[in-house]
Amino acid sequence: MAHAHKLEIFRGLVKFKSNTQKIWGVLIFLTIVTAIEVVLGIYKPEGLLAKFLGMKILNWIFIILTIVKAYYITWDFMHMRDETKALRRMVVWTAIFLILYLIFILLQEGGYVFDVYKDGFVKRDF
Amino acid sequence: MSTTVVNTGTEGKTWGGGNKPLNASYGKMMMWFFIVSDALTFSGFLAAYGFSRFKFIDSWPIADEVFTHVPFLHGQELPMIYVAFMTFILIMSSVTMVLAVDAGHHLNKAKVTLYMFLTIIGGLIFVGSQAWEWATFIKGDFGAVQTKGGNILQFVDNEGHRVALRDFVTADAHADRTQHQRKSGLWFVSEGTLPTYTIDEVVHGLESHENVLVRTQTLTEEGEKTVLSRQESLKQIKENGKLVVEGANLQVNEYGSPLFADFFFFITGFHGFHVFSGVVINIIIFFNVILGTYERRKSYEMVEKVGLYWHFVDLVWVFVFTFFYLV
Repeated sequence: MAHAHKLEIFRGLVKFKSNTQKIWGVLIFLTIVTAIEVVLGIYKPEGLLAKFLGMKILNWIFIILTIVKAYYITWDFMHMRDETKALRRMVVWTAIFLILYLIFILLQEGGYVFDVYKDGFVKRDF
Repeated sequence: MSTTVVNTGTEGKTWGGGNKPLNASYGKMMMWFFIVSDALTFSGFLAAYGFSRFKFIDSWPIADEVFTHVPFLHGQELPMIYVAFMTFILIMSSVTMVLAVDAGHHLNKAKVTLYMFLTIIGGLIFVGSQAWEWATFIKGDFGAVQTKGGNILQFVDNEGHRVALRDFVTADAHADRTQHQRKSGLWFVSEGTLPTYTIDEVVHGLESHENVLVRTQTLTEEGEKTVLSRQESLKQIKENGKLVVEGANLQVNEYGSPLFADFFFFITGFHGFHVFSGVVINIIIFFNVILGTYERRKSYEMVEKVGLYWHFVDLVWVFVFTFFYLV
């Protein structure tokens, strides 16, 4: 049947009996993730303010949790899990590649402009 | 469906067009491709926000200090609580949407109707909340002074708590001037709303309140705003203070860099517009469901397609929430 759903999340760790049950399960998961984000955002634990790869660990955690949320919204709410591999890759990889490319270029350029302002309009004195 | 040719006589013939490699209907596939292009538009905005933020990485406003308000709870500092509530509302309406899609698969008209209705309500609550958030942001809270160079100077007390202009500045009733409008002079000359206080009144108020200090935009090593000493505070305001700023618009804002307000209006506005159009499309589909259009078609695929769009709007908000309010 065309409407058969895959009812496992977390790589088969959690299995649901029906699609409706899976939806509620995913909602609970997304709510927990959002709650963690908000709590971390309000309290900002001291230990997570250290820098890692040029950004605070806390910010990395936020970004990773966001991607996790995006994954479950796309895979379970938008039923990407049930689409063919070809459609899935066509949509997801195209978007991911172009977005990463754009982010890299713009953030790199933003950092460069910051340095130019900061160091008296000279970036590198050869 | 009955008007389209379903059987083309090429079934199973891979090179005759009878093969469906994606196993998705035309409409659903096109919705996916629209979503990809729309996702790129939003990424463009968010990446541009990132660009501006990296450009002013040592003086960008701290979002927790900007979005602290919750309706009906005046004067309480509750950072992010309301935005978190909005996020939850949107995720919840995503859930009712996916439940409607699921009920559609079982051709259960009553349930689809109910869930679509709940989805619309969720969307309306979200758009309303966003309107309230905009109004609060535009109105502002503490007020600030803009310098000649376009930087924002805010006011704090000895313990670092924010002080509003109204708490230490008194308006001189005699020096009050009225807003210049087109009707009272040259028809092509007018000006915007005047701030409550003039810069001289702020200087006077600062001089007479010993415990008020100036806070600049610059971030310290700990990621907090720099507070100037009493002497420097007076010097800064007297020498560089130029304009009293209350609230935010596209030119100035009391929270810091004007770009912050510009991106706030642009990105959340564009997202809000998506939510609004989503609600409108949902309403159309809702009436179609009630009228039994899909019942007769024996397929609720339209609900599925609008559902994809609605989830996408939720997906975008998840990213806006992270990059505007958390990071």
